[in-house]
Amino acid sequence: MAPILDISKLQKSYGATHVLKDINVQIDEGDFLVLVGPSGCGKSTLLNCIAGLEPITGGSIHIGGRDMTHVSPKDRDIAMVFQSYALYPTMSVAKNITFGMKVRGVDQATQEAKLADVARQLQIEKLLNRRPGQLSGGQRQRVAMGRALVRDPKLFLFDEPLSNLDAKLRVEMRSEIKKLHHSMNASIVYVTHDQIEAMTLATKIVVLKDGVVQQIGSPSEIYNKPANLFVADFMGSPAMNLIPARAEPEGGATRIEIDREGAAPIILHDPHASGLPRDIILGLRPEDIAEAGFRAGEDVQEAQCLVDMVEPAGADTYVMSRLGGTGVTARLHAETIARPGEQMTLAFDLGKVSYFEPGTGTRLN
Amino acid sequence: MTDVTATHAPAQAVRPARSWGKTALRWILYIVLGLFALWYLMPLFVMLTTSIKTLEEIRTGSLIALPRDATLEPWAKAWSGACTGIQCEGLRPFFWNSVILAVPSVLISTVIGALNGYVIAQWRFKGANIIFALMLFGCFIPFQVVLLPMARMLGLMGIAGTIPGLMFVHIIYGLGFTTLFFRNYYVTIPSELVKAAKVDGAGFLRIFVSIFLPLSLPIVVVSVIWQFTQIWNDFLFGVSFSSAGTQPVTVALNNIVNSTTGVKEYNVDMAAAIIAALPTLLVYVVAGKYFIRGLTAGSVKG
Repeated sequence: MAPILDISKLQKSYGATHVLKDINVQIDEGDFLVLVGPSGCGKSTLLNCIAGLEPITGGSIHIGGRDMTHVSPKDRDIAMVFQSYALYPTMSVAKNITFGMKVRGVDQATQEAKLADVARQLQIEKLLNRRPGQLSGGQRQRVAMGRALVRDPKLFLFDEPLSNLDAKLRVEMRSEIKKLHHSMNASIVYVTHDQIEAMTLATKIVVLKDGVVQQIGSPSEIYNKPANLFVADFMGSPAMNLIPARAEPEGGATRIEIDREGAAPIILHDPHASGLPRDIILGLRPEDIAEAGFRAGEDVQEAQCLVDMVEPAGADTYVMSRLGGTGVTARLHAETIARPGEQMTLAFDLGKVSYFEPGTGTRLN
Repeated sequence: MTDVTATHAPAQAVRPARSWGKTALRWILYIVLGLFALWYLMPLFVMLTTSIKTLEEIRTGSLIALPRDATLEPWAKAWSGACTGIQCEGLRPFFWNSVILAVPSVLISTVIGALNGYVIAQWRFKGANIIFALMLFGCFIPFQVVLLPMARMLGLMGIAGTIPGLMFVHIIYGLGFTTLFFRNYYVTIPSELVKAAKVDGAGFLRIFVSIFLPLSLPIVVVSVIWQFTQIWNDFLFGVSFSSAGTQPVTVALNNIVNSTTGVKEYNVDMAAAIIAALPTLLVYVVAGKYFIRGLTAGSVKG
């Protein structure tokens, strides 16, 4: 089957400024695609291009197998939820939801049936006669979703829909969006700068930086095998430890040395890696560094480290140390014996390690 | 202020001294404000009282004295009997000229200004800023500068000396202001609203009528008051671009005051002046609170 959304060689520039460079993305029906990146990376512009609200400079966009590159937004069979919700302020909730149908000349009976349907689904039946100004943030969010759902489009577009909500409501609405996605098998493109939102919602993530796609993959691919230093650093909280190190071939394996101040270098042996250059950046997520004895596996190797700082965070305790000239965070269990200023043995899980080329930042393994 | 401190027990001890000073200040403030109000109301008072005095009383009495035996005679004369030059029909025909001139001009310039503002604020196109700057510039062109070119233009269009001709002048001249009002108002409306409506399938006019117009009451009121006051009170265009039967009320008022047959009828002049000013007064009274609201709409939102 043809992909529901097929973006090919998309270019977008404002005058001499190239905002999006050679974007190629496909998603299938039922996919939840999250565009993630720091602010100014072009993710919202890309979404506006998909919606047809911004003309594109080059390339093509197909939705549902049809070429939509030059089709106006209303004919693209899409629905969009905006960051500010963009509810029509002088219309009641019901009118907001049915406005699109009214414009398209859908008959009254169908309008009412669909409105009732969506209102029940989102539990906003009691709000239908209110104005947007009389609603709370969460309720406005629901109405905005209702306006999209009632269209029953081929493709849903969400532009940072949760960023105006408080933390608690954001988590609630996040799981509701996920539920809706499952129950309707909807195809969604979702823009966010929040990497946790990206990880929890997506079936497929596109990481953007300065208008260039850094990596496309499933959440686990993005998280476990980041394509470059930017992705490694951007996705995950706390961020992946990126430690400068030296690699030397050792038979079919690699011997890795990490310098540190006031002590002998840490020596690790990675039997799976080979052909690495001499200078590398070793990437290891905080949860892949554990207290000795709490992590088992053939690739787990231990080393003594000086603990600089201990940050209990309830479920976990974060322990900071200095290796290779940078701060390194390890995520230990809550009842760890770690004390600041003392030596402790940490276990490094080299089964999860990523290696990067320091100059270009690209992944080596 | 005073009642807030009064509710706090510890403040009671110091209250008399402090509140005495405050009360005195308050009173001084009220007295000064009152004096200013009197000062500004004085001309109106003189006009109203003079307009219902007889000529005899005006000649013998004091300017600020109350009328001894009030008469509406001067009002009746001003409305339908006073002479403007050789014609003695009072203000009435010219008052209706002004109504016929002002109402359509106000409506048309407001509607076009709203559309202009909507386009410049929400449908950005290449050169939009330049066009807006030029329209703004139009607000600052002195009336006198355009008199001759406009006369030539009206002549070429064949509407010189007619009410439609005068309407045309006022509409064109008002567009700079109305566009500015609506543009500044619509610029505060988030552009996502337009995007949402576009995705919903609405077009240019549909979005304007269904979403922007219902939001526009305060700024429509501002535009209507501004335009109505400008057009109704205008004298220069009225005197330049009208002919005998098509003069607006301001020109007729001038003619009444200046065509004297022997004795100067101050009471009729005053009555005529009040009649000529009444419509603008009425517009302010009816819509004044929206006027302030509309003017400050952008600044409150922040």
